[in-house]
Amino acid sequence: MSLSDNEFRRGVRDSLPIVAAAAPFGLLFGALAVDNGLGVGEAVLMSATVFAGASQMVGIELFGSEVAPWLIVFSVFAVNFRHVLYSAALGRKMGLIPGWRKALAFFFLTDPQFAAAEARSEKGFPLTMAWFMGMALPVYVVWVLEAWLGALFGSMIANPEIYGLDFLLAIYFLGLVLGFRGRANWLPVVLAASVGSIVAYVLVGSPWHVSLGALAGIAVAVAMPVRPEPATGEAENMPV
Amino acid sequence: MSAVPVNIWIILASALVTYLTRCGGYLLLSRFSRIPPRVDAALNAVPAAVLATLVAPAAVFNGTAEALTLAICLVLGLRIPMMAMFAVGWALIVVLRASGI
Repeated sequence: MSLSDNEFRRGVRDSLPIVAAAAPFGLLFGALAVDNGLGVGEAVLMSATVFAGASQMVGIELFGSEVAPWLIVFSVFAVNFRHVLYSAALGRKMGLIPGWRKALAFFFLTDPQFAAAEARSEKGFPLTMAWFMGMALPVYVVWVLEAWLGALFGSMIANPEIYGLDFLLAIYFLGLVLGFRGRANWLPVVLAASVGSIVAYVLVGSPWHVSLGALAGIAVAVAMPVRPEPATGEAENMPV
Repeated sequence: MSAVPVNIWIILASALVTYLTRCGGYLLLSRFSRIPPRVDAALNAVPAAVLATLVAPAAVFNGTAEALTLAICLVLGLRIPMMAMFAVGWALIVVLRASGI
């Protein structure tokens, strides 16, 4: 057991920078969720069950507008689609983690979890369930707590515009977009998606600008000449 | 009417599709020895493309304060860490709005 305890403690230590980096966004999520019409319990439920920062922010952005429910779910799915690559890449290195435990581990496969697991594997350590959960649980528990604290705080603010709260998501999303700039075709993709979303916003209207703009960006990526570049899976800037 | 509010269903469905992306790659893609390059390019482009569609209209269809904030953040974000850019952006939007621009 002591070996497993060590692995768990090692994972907890590895998680601490991520816990700190994610903190402002966990709190911000709770506050903005309430600002966009979710209840405190709903904000906590979303952090506890979705556990994917960027997509949660996209979700509550759409909760605030009159958007069909399926489109909100689809947008969350679209933002999280990158995780398919993570589980494809990491799954092969999780041979030590059997059956249902692997199914549980995949629930916690956030961007930093993926990055840390890849880094640990790169250093020659086998991926154990003890290390994986030692890394994942502190991030998860604190993330859920922050949603609750943020929501309590957010529900006390009467005029979010004065504090700029209604505009923080746009700044946050801009930061995430820039965080992906190491990727192949980043500039043409972002330009196409930006122009596409603005045109669609005028011609078709919200919320279709999200799907149509994203399709424009993805189409550009598919049309670009293929370069023999490895799939990127680094953590980028997303805390969770 | 349903006892469970629609928000709860949206959240639970979002959780389900998120979980599917987190195990789906292992279940499906790991059976192939490698991902076709154009599929890989499309998957790689998804997050930046989706997120850009949430920023561009916010910069264009709001006021001067909002456009200016995002423009400055864009330049800053290429040079300083995201958290610092975020903090500056937050301060900017508050100050610019208060100044009545």
